[in-house]
Amino acid sequence: MAPVPTERDLRLDLFRGLALWLIFLDHIPSNAVSWITIRNYGFSDATEIFVFISGYTAAFVYGRAMRQHGFIVASARVLKRAWQIYVAHVFLLAIYLAEIAYVANSFDNPLYTEEMGVLDFLKNPDVTIFQALLLKFKPVNMDVLPLYILLLAWFPPMLWLLLRAPSIALVSSASLYVLMWFFEWNLPAYPSGTWVFNPFAWQLLFVFGAWCALGGSQNLARWIHSRTIIGLAIAYLAFAFAIAMTWYFPHLAVFVPKFVGDAIYPIDKTNLDVLRIMHFLALAIITVALVPRDWPALKSRIFWPAIVCGQHSLETFCLGVFLSFAGHFVFTEVSNRLLTHVIVSIAGITIMVGVAALISWYRQAERKGGGPRPPAARPGFAGGDA
Amino acid sequence: MKRRFVVLALLVLAGPAWAENPAEHPAECRVAAHLAVSSFPLPQVARAFAAKKLDILVVGAGSSQLPGSSGAKNAYPARLQQALADNLRGIEVKVTTDVKSKRTAAEMVKALPADLTATKPALLVWQTGTTDAMLAVDPDQFSQALDRGINAAHSAGADVVLLNAQYSPRTESMIALGTYAEDMRWVALQQEVPLFDRFGIMRLWSDLGTFDLYSATKKLDIAEQVHDCIGRLLADFVIAAAKPEEQPMNGSR
Repeated sequence: MAPVPTERDLRLDLFRGLALWLIFLDHIPSNAVSWITIRNYGFSDATEIFVFISGYTAAFVYGRAMRQHGFIVASARVLKRAWQIYVAHVFLLAIYLAEIAYVANSFDNPLYTEEMGVLDFLKNPDVTIFQALLLKFKPVNMDVLPLYILLLAWFPPMLWLLLRAPSIALVSSASLYVLMWFFEWNLPAYPSGTWVFNPFAWQLLFVFGAWCALGGSQNLARWIHSRTIIGLAIAYLAFAFAIAMTWYFPHLAVFVPKFVGDAIYPIDKTNLDVLRIMHFLALAIITVALVPRDWPALKSRIFWPAIVCGQHSLETFCLGVFLSFAGHFVFTEVSNRLLTHVIVSIAGITIMVGVAALISWYRQAERKGGGPRPPAARPGFAGGDA
Repeated sequence: MKRRFVVLALLVLAGPAWAENPAEHPAECRVAAHLAVSSFPLPQVARAFAAKKLDILVVGAGSSQLPGSSGAKNAYPARLQQALADNLRGIEVKVTTDVKSKRTAAEMVKALPADLTATKPALLVWQTGTTDAMLAVDPDQFSQALDRGINAAHSAGADVVLLNAQYSPRTESMIALGTYAEDMRWVALQQEVPLFDRFGIMRLWSDLGTFDLYSATKKLDIAEQVHDCIGRLLADFVIAAAKPEEQPMNGSR
C-alpha cells in the first residue's frame, strides 16, 4: 500500500471551489455571464471536476477513518454525510416548492396555459413530494445532490475494496461503467425518463478520484508528467475547443468532416460519455503539470476565496443552488439587462465566499472550544468536508 | 418606457426595408422579422404555389392554441392561413390543425400517419418540444421521434417546418427547454428541414419589451397579439423558403 499524504492538497479545494462557482453561473437560466464557464469550450464541464474531487476527498477523509477506526465506524460516518446531503437536498426542494407555488398563484397568463402544466404536480403533492423524497422527482438543476447521496451511500464497500485491492476496485468500477453502456442501465425518474446524471456512469469518476487519493496518483505520476501524454492532452483539448466553436458559429461546421461528426455526436452527459471523461482527464493532466502541489500561490490571498468555498463544498453548493433561484427571480422581477446579469453573478459568488468564510471562522472558533458550552459537533470530519 | 423608445427607434430604421411588403404587419411583429429566415427550401410548397392550391397541416400541443370561444380563430394556425391568403392572391390556402395539449413528440408521431393521409398536405408545421421538456423525456427518444415524424411527412410527400417551444421567462427555472430546443435545431440541420425559431423570436420580443411576457395578466390581448405575429412571420417564412429565387437571403447558401 502506497503511503497516503497526510496534508490536505489545497489544489483540490481550489478547483472544487472554482467548479462550485461555475455550477452556480451555469444554473441561472439564460445568464449571459455563463459564457465564461468551461462547458462552452470543450466537452466536459464543472460537474466532472466536482464529482472527481468529491471522490478524492471522500477517500482521503474516510479512508483514514477506516484505517484507524475500522469499517463500521467509517461507514457510519460516510452514511451520516449522505444523510446530511439528503437533508440539504430536501431543504432546497422546499425552497423550490415555495418559488413554484408563488409563480403558480401569481401567474395565469393565457399565453402560457401549456407551460403552467409544469405546476400540475402542486395539485397532487401526495405523489410528487413522495417521489421527491425517493429522489425520483428532481426539479431542474437539482440533479447533482441526489447523485452525490447515492455515490456516498454505496461508498463504504467500495472504500473497503479500495483500501485492500485498489486495482480490483478500479477495474470493477470501470466494468460497471461498461456494463451500463451495454445494457443501458439507469435509475427511473418521475414523471418519466431516467436520472439526468446516471449513477452507474458517474460512479466511475468518483471511484477514480478515490483511487487517486489512496495512492493511485503516485503510481500515475510517471505517466502524467511524460511529455508525450501532456502533448496528447493539449492536442485533445485543442480538438474539443475546435468542435465546441462549431456549436456557436454554425458556418464553421462545414469544416468538421462527416465521419468525425458521426463518430462524436451525441456527446452524452447523462451517461458520462467517454469523450467527456477524456476531456476531463486532459484538463486534469494539464492542471497537474502547471500547478504543483507545493505552489506557494496556493496559500496566497488571491486563491483564498475559491479555496474556502471548496473547503465547505456542501454548504457552498446548496447556497449556489438557492442563489441561482434567487438570481433568476431578480431577472424576472427586476431587470433582465446584461448589467444585471453581471451584478447578480458577482454578488452571488461574493455571497458564497462570505458564507464559506463565516463557516470556516465558526468551525475554528468551535474547535478552540471558546464557547460557553462544549461544541456539539466533534471535529469528526478532520481535514474538512468530504 | 425607455424600452419602447428603443423599439420605436429600431422600427424607424427597419421601416424602409418593409416598404414593399404587400401585407403590412403590425410594428410589433416586424421587430423580430430578421429571425424568421429559413435556411432550407420547401420544394413541395413551391409546387403547391404552382398548382394554385396549398394545404398545410399544423400538428402541435397546447402552445398552438388559445383558450376561449374565439381561441381557434385567433391562434397562430388560423392567423397563418389568413396571412398566407392575403399574400398569395389566387392560391387557395387551407390550414388544417391537429392540436391537443400535453402531447409529446412521440405521441404526435403516432397520430401523424392518419393526419397526413386525411389532409395530404404540401407542408407539415410541427410544433413540439414543450411537453417533452416538462416530462423530462429522454432526449435521445425525443430526437428519434423527430426523425420518425420528419421521415413520415417526407414519404407522404410533404415538406416539414419544425416550430420550437415558446419562450416562457417565468417558468425558465422549472422547465429545461434548452436541451430540447438544441435537439430540435440539431435534427433540423441533419434532416435539412427549416426550423422556425419561435423561442428566439419571443425572447427578442421579451428583451426589447415589445411584448411583456412576464405579465401576470389574465386577459387574452397579449396572447392574441403574439399568436397573430407568429402566424404572420410564419407565413413570410414559408413563402420565402418556397420562393428562394425571389427573396435571396444570403449569397453563400
